[in-house]
Amino acid sequence: MTDTGQAVAAPAQKRSIIDTLELDVRLLGMLVAFAAIAVVFTIWTGGTFVSPRNVFNISVQAVPVAVMACGMVFVIVARHIDLSVGSMLAMCSAVMAMCQAYWLPNMMGLDYGSPIILVVTILVGFVVGTGMGALTGWLVGYQRIPSFIVTLGGLFVWRNVNWYTTNGQSVSLTDPNLLMFGGTEGVLGAPVSMILGVVASVAAVMALYSARKNKLSHGFVVKPLWAEGVMMGLVAGAIMFFVTWLSRYPVPAAKLKRLFEARGDVMPEGYTAMHGLPISVIILIIVAVSMTVIARKSRFGRYIFAAGGNPDAAELSGINTRALTVKIFALMGFLCALAALIAQARLQSHGNDIGMLEELRVIAAAVIGGTALAGGVGTIYGAVLGALIMQSLQSGMAMVGVDTPFQNVVVGLVLVIAVWVDIIYRKRMGLTK
Amino acid sequence: MNIAARNQAQTPLVEMRDISIAFGGVKAVDHVSIDLYPGEVVGLLGHNGAGKSTLIKILAGAYQADHGEILISGEKAEIRNPRDARAYNIETIYQTLALADNLDAASNLFLGREIMSHGLVNDAKMEAETRKIMGRLNPNFRKFNVPVSALSGGQRQSVAIARAVYFNAKILIMDEPTAALGPHETQMVAELIQELKAQGLGIFLIEHDIHNVMKLCDRASVMKNGQLVGTVNVNEVTDDDILGMIIMGKKPAHLAA
Repeated sequence: MTDTGQAVAAPAQKRSIIDTLELDVRLLGMLVAFAAIAVVFTIWTGGTFVSPRNVFNISVQAVPVAVMACGMVFVIVARHIDLSVGSMLAMCSAVMAMCQAYWLPNMMGLDYGSPIILVVTILVGFVVGTGMGALTGWLVGYQRIPSFIVTLGGLFVWRNVNWYTTNGQSVSLTDPNLLMFGGTEGVLGAPVSMILGVVASVAAVMALYSARKNKLSHGFVVKPLWAEGVMMGLVAGAIMFFVTWLSRYPVPAAKLKRLFEARGDVMPEGYTAMHGLPISVIILIIVAVSMTVIARKSRFGRYIFAAGGNPDAAELSGINTRALTVKIFALMGFLCALAALIAQARLQSHGNDIGMLEELRVIAAAVIGGTALAGGVGTIYGAVLGALIMQSLQSGMAMVGVDTPFQNVVVGLVLVIAVWVDIIYRKRMGLTK
Repeated sequence: MNIAARNQAQTPLVEMRDISIAFGGVKAVDHVSIDLYPGEVVGLLGHNGAGKSTLIKILAGAYQADHGEILISGEKAEIRNPRDARAYNIETIYQTLALADNLDAASNLFLGREIMSHGLVNDAKMEAETRKIMGRLNPNFRKFNVPVSALSGGQRQSVAIARAVYFNAKILIMDEPTAALGPHETQMVAELIQELKAQGLGIFLIEHDIHNVMKLCDRASVMKNGQLVGTVNVNEVTDDDILGMIIMGKKPAHLAA
């Protein structure tokens, strides 16, 4: 107990800028990779890649995978895996589609477009998703069946129960309210988006400030004030840039005209409107922020990481690891339902193949984002970034005319290379033995 | 001091009566009774597989006995899981240390008992508390913001000990606390045991080193093949007597009568 470990932590006289800002090197690496992809495709497409329209599309397309990847981080951190998320998404989508198109209007006699349909449909979807996840969690946690097996079974079962639920037919979304979760049909417009952007920036700056104050109150070392200021500026700047950019994507004139006609008005001459933030992206941001708070600041999150780092230690510390497993998978199921709501609204219908192979994209996003399959390590922001990187790659390649099979080849290679680079980095830093 | 005389005057802190547990057909612990008094160190000895760790894990709540009862300060205690054990102020330092390697010292120290404020984990407060207790136990400890996987064996051990001591343990279980330590660190653990003993804690010490047992323990209970060979006052026996009990499974002749 005399080992002070000071040999390792030799006080460096001059700290690098990255150290001073206390930036996560992993996060930095991913941001650089993301920026590199953006720069390459921007040049290749002559600027179209970063047009407000394409940024909007990439954001909206990445949402379902990103939402599920947040849950997958917890699953993988706790040393489990969930191969059934694509099928659970399809199952939730099927139930919700049937609910709004047939069950509620026919059985309950509700009118087309009634807000009750919206609320009940979403609730039913959430209950089904959470229920499927909890069942998986019970089989894994209490019955000790390996999660790989349970969820591989779930992949087959839910995909095909989904088929029976709709009799194999596609179901179009007839409820107009549900479409608002899809993207272009549900946007906040430029003014509201800008206000939200300002509010979010202020909140982010305040969060950084209060963390600093809390550290100071216990007499810990904090980074210099200028470094804190730079971090605040970077975060607020990124939020405002994103919001401003999406607020420059105009709604097509024909669509605006239709909207005015639906209300019985005539569109004034020269009227324009901007998309601004889509509701689905706001949902993703809420999910990502809540999941980050859960991971870092709640008992539940702490126990997930403890159980992933050392299951025996967690058990001996009085943590009920079986109930914990149920909660983790139930949360995963809930997020699948949320992703289903967004995915089917974007496609404006439920098809049998919705969410097909999505489980692999979700796992890939989490892993590209730095979640270790051995458990105990992973971040929510990493998984969201991973999903964005994959979607940007695919979008960019599609724009420059790369064939779909080759797009998938590249995504596969990126997955392997990302993990490879991570392993090399960890070896160099002496983080792994 | 005559330990036997003192013991009779007090209620034991812990009494494990007639405890049995079997895994499959194997009787890991077979009708064993041991007890522990305040301010006393009782050594648990025996070969690997003699049942010491299993017996102690029953007290710690990691296993549940098939048969027998546990009394804490004279009252029957229901210990169904590690949480129950902690509620009785029973703290355990496991041989494996039971640390989550990916978490830092403070998170490990408070694992399962986090300090909360406004419904959220208060990391700064927990780190401040960790700094306080480590300042007492291991003043050289500096690595508060790294996962415990980056710590040396001695540092990890001090985190595990801090966890047991911080929460006002009355009954401390130490499963080979010095097995992975150098001579100087072993000496520090020995001093800590003396200090805790003086504070009135009762300590069960699983130990292989007879020399440490003679030095640290007041009494020694020896087990073999899941059964209790006997319990002796350490100052009434020699090293060889205890070795005889461990190897032969017989109480020394001068005590057997």
